[in-house]
Amino acid sequence: MLEEPILQVRNLRKQFGTGCMECAEVETRKLEKNFCKNCGTVYACQDISFDLYPGEILGIVGESGSGKSTMMQCLYFDNEVSSGEAFINTPELVSNNVFELSAQKKRSIRNHVYGMVYQNPVHGLKMNFSSVGNIAEKLIAAGNRNVGQMEATSKKLLENVHIPLHRMKEEPRNFSGGMQQRVQIAKALSNNPPILFLDEVTTGLDLSVQANVLDLIKVIQRDLGISMIVVSHDLAVIRMLADRTIVLLNGKIIEEGLTDQVLEDPQHEYTQQLVYSLL
Amino acid sequence: MKTNTHFAFFDEGSKKEIRRAIMKAVAIPGYQVPFASREMPIARGWGTGGLQITLSIIGKSDVLKVIDQGADESVNAVSIKKLVHETTGVELTEQTNKASVIQSRHRIPEVALTEDQIIVLQVPMPEPLRKVEASEYMTKRMHAEDDYSGVWLMLFEQIMKYGKTATSADHPVYVNGRYVMAPSPIPRFDNSKLHQSEALILLGAGREKKIYAVPPYTNVESLAFEDYPFSVEVFEGKHCHLCGSTDVFLDELIDPETGETIHQCNDTSYCIEQLNKKAEAEVQTSYA
Ligand SMILES: Nc1ncnc2c1ncn2[C@@H]1O[C@H](COP(=O)(O)OP(=O)(O)OP(=O)(O)O)[C@@H](O)[C@H]1O
Ligand SMILES: [Mg+2]
Ligand SMILES: [Zn+2]
Ligand SMILES: [Zn+2]
Repeated sequence: MLEEPILQVRNLRKQFGTGCMECAEVETRKLEKNFCKNCGTVYACQDISFDLYPGEILGIVGESGSGKSTMMQCLYFDNEVSSGEAFINTPELVSNNVFELSAQKKRSIRNHVYGMVYQNPVHGLKMNFSSVGNIAEKLIAAGNRNVGQMEATSKKLLENVHIPLHRMKEEPRNFSGGMQQRVQIAKALSNNPPILFLDEVTTGLDLSVQANVLDLIKVIQRDLGISMIVVSHDLAVIRMLADRTIVLLNGKIIEEGLTDQVLEDPQHEYTQQLVYSLL
Repeated sequence: MKTNTHFAFFDEGSKKEIRRAIMKAVAIPGYQVPFASREMPIARGWGTGGLQITLSIIGKSDVLKVIDQGADESVNAVSIKKLVHETTGVELTEQTNKASVIQSRHRIPEVALTEDQIIVLQVPMPEPLRKVEASEYMTKRMHAEDDYSGVWLMLFEQIMKYGKTATSADHPVYVNGRYVMAPSPIPRFDNSKLHQSEALILLGAGREKKIYAVPPYTNVESLAFEDYPFSVEVFEGKHCHLCGSTDVFLDELIDPETGETIHQCNDTSYCIEQLNKKAEAEVQTSYA
C-alpha cells in the first residue's frame, strides 16, 4: 500500500507482574505459554508491531489468552503498556508516542479519534442509563453541551444500527445481547472516529444475530471508510470482515498477511492447525 | 454524659487539624479535602460535618445562628445550638445580620451575607460524581483530570426522562471555573447566592469525612446545557401570607381552616423581620 498508515504500533509489551531473575531477559526467558512459572508474571503482549491503514479492516485472531483483548485495551488506554510506542497519523498527533501523553490527551484521543466496542457490553455501556444517554456520554465527553443536537445525533445513530426509536430512552440492560452490541457500536461511532476497535463483537450472540452485526460492520466500513481493528477467535468472522490478518499466539505475532493468504496458505504450523481444524 | 472541659468541645489538637483542612479547602475552592471526622454527641447524618467546622472556627466573641431548612426552632437546630452554647458560652441569635457564624442545613438565608460572616453548610453527600461512579479512587481521578462528563450525563438523563433537569436541590456547580461541587441540598433558588458571595462558605460532610469551601468573591456557576438554561424555582404571583414577601423561597402550605393552598417564607427569621419592620412602620405612621 502506498498510503501512510493511520496507526503504527511498535514493540508493544504488556506484562502482569514484576518479573524475576529468570524472566527479566527477553532473549533467555523460558515461559510456559505466556507465563513465568517461577514468579507468576504473565507476558500478555510481547513485542507486538503492526500498521493499520486508512479504511482497512485489520483482523486479529488467536486462541483464548493469546493477548487480543489486552492489546486492544492497551491501544485504547484502558490498560497502561509496559513499554512500546503507538503513533496516530493526524496533524495534531503526528510523531508523538501516544502511550506517553498525559491522561487528558489520552482521554481526548479516546473521545475524538477512537471508538471502542468491548467484548462484554457491560464495559462499554452504562446499563442503567438510557440508550440515548449512553451515546450522549461520548458526545458530552467530546465537549458537546447542546441537548437537542446530541439527541438528534443519537437518534440517527440508533436508527443506523436498527434500534427502534421507541426504545431509545430504554436502558440497555433491558436489551438482548445483539441489541446491546449495536448500541455499543452506535456509541463508538458517535464522534465519527477515524479508528474503531471491535473486540469479539459477535461472541455469545445467536448465529442470525451475529450475521446481522457483521453486516452492520461491513456497511459501516463501506459507507464511512473507518479503519478498524477486529479481534476474534472465530476465523469465520475474520474471513468475512478482515482485509489483512494477524495471528497472535502467547502474546506474539506469529503470522500476518492478506486474510486470503493467511487462511488459504498458512505458513506457521500453529496457523495451519487453526485453519485446518476449522475446515 | 461526661463533662467536657474543652472550649468548643474539641481539644486544641483536633480543632487545629480541622482548621488545617479548612485552610486547604479555602485555598482550593470547590475541592473536597478529607479530614478525620470525629465522633460527636449527635448522630452522623445530623449535621456533624457542619458542627465540627463550627466548633473548630468559633471564638468567644462570635455570635451563632443555626437553621434547619430555614427554621431556627427545629429540634435539630436547637440541639446543635445547645451543644455549641454549652461548650463555648457564645451568644446565640436568630437574626441573620447579627450572626458572625451561621450553620445551616439546606438553605442560605434570604438576607445577603457580608464579609464579616461565615456560613457553614451541612452536607450529606459531598461527591457530585457519586451517582455515576461508585469508586472514590475514580471520582478523585475525574476531579483531578477535570473530567465531568458524568455530571453532565446525569443532567442529560434527567432531561431525557422529565423534559428538564430534575434536581430540585443540590444542583451541581462549577467553582472558580475548575471543580464541580455539590452545593449541599439547597434549593436551586439559593445557587445564585453562592456566586461572588461576600461571606466565606464552608461545607462539611461528617459521614463522608470531607470539608470544602467557597471563599468570598468566588465565581460559582450552575451547570446547564446551551439549550436548557439553568432555572430556579419560581413563585410567580405568589407571596408569603404572613409578611407579603414575593422574591424569596416560599413553602407551600394548606390553610387548615379554608383548605386553600397558601405560601409562607421558608426563612422564618426573615419573615419575622419583615413583620417587625411592617409593625414599626405602622407605629411610626400612626404617631406621625
Ligand atoms: N489483569 C490481569 N492480570 C493478570 N493477568 C491478566 C490480566 N488480564 C489478562 N491477563 C492474562 O493475559 C493473557 C491475555 O489475556 P487476554 O484477555 O488479552 O486474552 P484474549 O486473547 O483476549 O482471550 P479471549 O479470547 O479469551 O478473550 C491471559 O493469560 C490472561 O490470563
Ligand atoms: Mg478477549
Ligand atoms: Zn519470572
Ligand atoms: Zn414571610
